[in-house]
Amino acid sequence: MSLRIDQDHSRFRNIVRGRIRQNLRKYISNGELLGRQGKDLVSIPIPHIDIPKLRFGDKQQGGVAQGDGEPGDPLSASPQDGDGQGKAGDQAGDHALEVELTLDELADILGEELELPNIENKGKSAIVDKKDRYVGVRNVGPNSLRHFKRTFRSALRRQIALGTYDPKRPVIIPTRDDMRYKSWKTEEEPVANAVILYMMDVSGSMGDEQKEIVRIESFWIDTWLRRQYKGIETRFIIHDAAAREVDRDTFFRTRESGGTMISSAYRLAADIIERDYPASQWNIYPFHFSDGDNWSVDDTLLCVDILKKLLLPSANVFCYGQVDSPYGSGQFIKDLKEHFSDEDQLITSEINDRDAIVESIREFLGKGK
Amino acid sequence: MAQFALKTALPNYLRDEQMRIEEFARNVGLDFFPTIFEMLSYDQMNEVAAYGGFPTRYPHWRWGMEYEKLSKSHEYGLSKIYELVINNNPAIAYLLEGNSLVDQKLVMAHVYAHVDFFKNNFCFRMTSQGRNPKDRSDVRKWIDALANHGAIVRKWANRVGLETVEQFIDACLSLENLIDPQKPFIPKLSAPSTSEEAEPEETPEVPLLRVDREYMESFINPEEFVESQKKKLAEEQEQSQRFPSAPDRDVLGFLLEQAPLQRWERECLAVVRAEAYYFLPQMQTKIMNEGWASYWHSRLMTESICDASEIVDYADRCASVLATAPGQLNPYKLGIELFRHIEDRWNKGQFGKEWDECSDFELRRHWDRRTGLGREKIFEVRALYNDVTFIDEYLTEDFVFDQKLYSFGYNQRNDRWEIESRQFQEVKGQLLTTLTNAGNPIISVVDANHGNRSELLLEHTHQGADLRLDWANEVCKALCRVWTRPVEIHTVVDAKPTALRFDGNDYSQKSL
Repeated sequence: MSLRIDQDHSRFRNIVRGRIRQNLRKYISNGELLGRQGKDLVSIPIPHIDIPKLRFGDKQQGGVAQGDGEPGDPLSASPQDGDGQGKAGDQAGDHALEVELTLDELADILGEELELPNIENKGKSAIVDKKDRYVGVRNVGPNSLRHFKRTFRSALRRQIALGTYDPKRPVIIPTRDDMRYKSWKTEEEPVANAVILYMMDVSGSMGDEQKEIVRIESFWIDTWLRRQYKGIETRFIIHDAAAREVDRDTFFRTRESGGTMISSAYRLAADIIERDYPASQWNIYPFHFSDGDNWSVDDTLLCVDILKKLLLPSANVFCYGQVDSPYGSGQFIKDLKEHFSDEDQLITSEINDRDAIVESIREFLGKGK
Repeated sequence: MAQFALKTALPNYLRDEQMRIEEFARNVGLDFFPTIFEMLSYDQMNEVAAYGGFPTRYPHWRWGMEYEKLSKSHEYGLSKIYELVINNNPAIAYLLEGNSLVDQKLVMAHVYAHVDFFKNNFCFRMTSQGRNPKDRSDVRKWIDALANHGAIVRKWANRVGLETVEQFIDACLSLENLIDPQKPFIPKLSAPSTSEEAEPEETPEVPLLRVDREYMESFINPEEFVESQKKKLAEEQEQSQRFPSAPDRDVLGFLLEQAPLQRWERECLAVVRAEAYYFLPQMQTKIMNEGWASYWHSRLMTESICDASEIVDYADRCASVLATAPGQLNPYKLGIELFRHIEDRWNKGQFGKEWDECSDFELRRHWDRRTGLGREKIFEVRALYNDVTFIDEYLTEDFVFDQKLYSFGYNQRNDRWEIESRQFQEVKGQLLTTLTNAGNPIISVVDANHGNRSELLLEHTHQGADLRLDWANEVCKALCRVWTRPVEIHTVVDAKPTALRFDGNDYSQKSL
């Protein structure tokens, strides 16, 4: 049965997607994509359009609540605006929904929301893992693997067949022939291995907001790929004019200054891949984020060269995300597009602001590579 | 009743329960409209809830938004709507398919109390559409009324275009909260008397205090007083030449009557206004209504409905409904506790002059006159109060202490929300402030010919909290769309009187 609400719902979806009523778009508040992370608490975005009304300013009015605490104590959660409509007995949540979710569940929701396809394994089954599985029963074996139920059953069956079973005094004594033991088989399983290489431009032109965008985006990419592969590894590279490998924490915090030579990062990435992750056995995902302001044309050509010869042949897909910054020229993405126009292994995406993150993730992962 | 019950999709076992519960509810004195229960699947429930309970409402994208929110929170297991009841005669209530039997019983008990409240509370009287001549019962055919609204909007969407109508409705919705809660209780003015010939233009006398002895004149009516009275009179006269002659808080009503609207615009605006007034009482009585329903479901469930095997499940469910969280007021909890508090006080005779004047702590604690008036009192309270008067009259210092109520506010210095006080006066003041005018700023139309240029002037009666400015600008724009001439709102921003203006193209803001 099709619901009557479907019309109103699709109209709302179209407004959110910006197909109709563009003037309403400015009121859309996307629930923060990534609220509190840690303790697996994540907030889920549900787009919401507020119709402006005469209301009191946000932090103008306090309220009253019940519970423990002394004056001056902070409230653990910030109070949320109540629902404007007074509907009797309907306890809908606020529009920024906070849910306790495991990261796997979150990844599934992300996949569903963005209609991401599952990733095709590159078919690299060179690494196999051996695993023992209990699959059957046999007549000999160690006592520690004795299968009590089956043993009992065969003993019972034998006694009934022989007519020695007395329902009034149901004593079952198994003989050696009745004994049953669990048996196992060793199976070989192909192991999917994947590594994500995050590269970020930390030159002077990348501000805090740009880094925050990179942080949010790489969190979601991480979550999605972790769902797809067991035992995923992540490596982090930062670069300005020179590149170095860092740990996760440093990756998101460092602010360097100075020029930008993207080729330095690509070369380091190529080295890491060659040393640690043979392309025949690994699914490799390099992601590079920058504001697209490379030092020189020569360096850009060098980048193209490294990409063509080293990175693209070994990687599943190479993703370049360009963050909009007030200083960068944003030239690099154009150069890449020009050189790799027919290469679907290289995906580029422009991330102008936080709202563009979702779309950008879809571009990166939407091909299921 | 039975003739309604037969039409519902309720399975037999629930219909039997309904009969039982209805009987219990009647026996404790609840007085409700006939109530029809319908069973909905979760997606139907989400749909109906998105429409605010009326599946036949006018088409609008915001129901779609609401639906998305509800169905997502349902999918992710965040929230579930247990019940939905509509203020209508007969009342319609929806049950969620797949809920446990205990839940369904709880909802039914809850619903009967809500319907009793709809029928008897004075605020809801304004939703009455008249009396049935046969049995003098209330006519509340709101399902029909809202379906008619749907038909009106659809008709105009077909004629002038969906987008055009929708844009206009969006503008009206921006003004939705600019209504006058008192308006429904003001008797309709008879048509302005056309016999104006009997009113010569005489200068009215300055109203002075009566003086019996002439020598007292200069003491009773000193010169400053005479001056101030004259000034007041002059102001009044000036005001009476304005239009509207007195500030009008029913902004929607004013626009409906005075704005140069086309027919389709007028009809759409009337739809928005009628629905705003219909939903108003539910906002004015949230605490009482939920408190009353919770009070009775807990009474009925524990005393009559549940058997021993169900009581734990019931208690678990009830506890989650009444749970409190920091920074959020749970109307269910506050309401039920306050009703219980009142019942207890009137049972023990803790009221009246003697009680108020007694300051002996021990004496007050053991005060019990065995008056037994509690039940009677709460029935009276549920009929004659709304949230503001309910809190104002019955929130006591003991209650605030026992229930651990506190007021909170935003601390600029620490950049966080903090508990501010547990003092009775402050908590009560804060609570009343939040509830006044259902949490909306008080806005009135003061001049429809502002600056003699037929511009619209609105005034915000500032009571301590500023307006949200970016939204206020948008509201000016929406007003301008309806009024078709520039619009100004006078308010206070950072303690400075300020005028917000939209002239058709640009926003401006200037100090007064």
